[in-house]
Amino acid sequence: MRPAHLALIVFACACGGFVLTFVDAARLRADSTAGSAEMSALVARLGLTDPVLFTEARYTRHPTQADLQSAFQDHPVALEHFPTGSLVPPPAGILKAYENLDRKTAAPD
Amino acid sequence: MKTWIEKQQHLIDFTLASLSRRKAKNLGLLFIYTLLVFVLASVALYTHALRTEAQKVLAGSPEIVLQRLVAGRHDLIPPGYLDKIGRIRGVQKMEGRLWGYYYDSVVKANYTFMAPRNMNIPRGEIIVGPALERSRGIAAGNGISFRSYSGELFTFIVAEVLPQTSELVSADLVLMHEEDFRAFFKYPEDHWTDIAMSVANPQEVRNVAIKLMSTLPDSRPILRDEVLRTYASIFDWREGLMLALLSAAILAFGIFAWEKAAGLSAEEKREIGILKAIGWETGDVIKMKFWEGLLISLLAFLLGYVAAYLHVFHMNAILFEPVLKGWAVLYPRFALPPHIDGLQIATLFFFTVFPYTAAVLVPIWRAATTDPDTVMRS
Repeated sequence: MRPAHLALIVFACACGGFVLTFVDAARLRADSTAGSAEMSALVARLGLTDPVLFTEARYTRHPTQADLQSAFQDHPVALEHFPTGSLVPPPAGILKAYENLDRKTAAPD
Repeated sequence: MKTWIEKQQHLIDFTLASLSRRKAKNLGLLFIYTLLVFVLASVALYTHALRTEAQKVLAGSPEIVLQRLVAGRHDLIPPGYLDKIGRIRGVQKMEGRLWGYYYDSVVKANYTFMAPRNMNIPRGEIIVGPALERSRGIAAGNGISFRSYSGELFTFIVAEVLPQTSELVSADLVLMHEEDFRAFFKYPEDHWTDIAMSVANPQEVRNVAIKLMSTLPDSRPILRDEVLRTYASIFDWREGLMLALLSAAILAFGIFAWEKAAGLSAEEKREIGILKAIGWETGDVIKMKFWEGLLISLLAFLLGYVAAYLHVFHMNAILFEPVLKGWAVLYPRFALPPHIDGLQIATLFFFTVFPYTAAVLVPIWRAATTDPDTVMRS
């Protein structure tokens, strides 16, 4: 077989795979219709406002319902969603007091 | 036409033979190129699917949620607010909501407790989300105890577990009777966490929000539109964050590809010189190099994209999940339905295939238009 024909076969397979991703996407979307409808019905029934993506703090569990955004709401070294925490360190004095608490606490966050 | 096809086939034959002479270098380039497309396509596919799913699901959330703020912090809605809102024209339905957070020190996770008014949950029973079922190892019919913030221990029977298909919105929910909720959190009578309302005319939502703010100056209305925009920007930000982290790798690849495409090796220059000396036209040399650029970049795009699709929608994006979704002790397990943005894929195609193919042509054109003797001697 000449190399050009081999290249044609490889490209035909790759293009076939590319087209198949769209076919597969349509199939998966059709399969998930019932689940999505169930989820939408639950959202409407309970009046939910946020997906459960980040449950570590209240302003990450419900970013749309949190206080008007401010960093370090829970404690200075809490994992936080906003970029402030990764750019601005909390004051050293406060950090010292909270660091131990963060690692050891079993009390509500 | 047949002659043209035959000519192109010969050019491709020659291009592949030329590429196979530098097999390791070209396979390495193809691998890195494919990897780059794979990473970029994975980020694009995943964030778009998550963004679309969030928008679709949250389209049914309340039109307006009204909170009360005290000193800039969220506070309880006191009695009398519902009556005042009822007098505002345009408000169709309103409902005080009861919900809050509970930190479970057993699994070190936060739950969302809620007392839905339109569900009949008997006292002493709860309905839990699927992630909570997993983390605490409970099932319908089991009992579970929570120590309230006042120190008192409350025991509930799990009446039902919410369906796994709704996990994206219900993973950490604990639904209970209103009186159980008030007793557990020592919530004062007739106070609510916030108020959810719907507006008769969707065009009037903004006007109703303005009226709410003038009637209740300490309130903060949150519109559904704002909820949807918040999520759009959160996922945009996460996508941007991921791309910013990848920018160094993209730049490194750019330099590598540019060096490979734009700088001709002595061997390649000699090859062009020989081709010209044996009678190849400048156009033929350029066409041969065009095929080389196109074969490598197009194959890298197709392989990278298909691998990214399989990674995101059949392997749950295991490589990027923690960065793109976020991190939490309680985490929902859900399979994202694939929503593919054609424009996004077309943009990726344009920015991965075209620059490389074009970059290959420039030095070749320069070398191919020079005298063969000079090219071979240089």
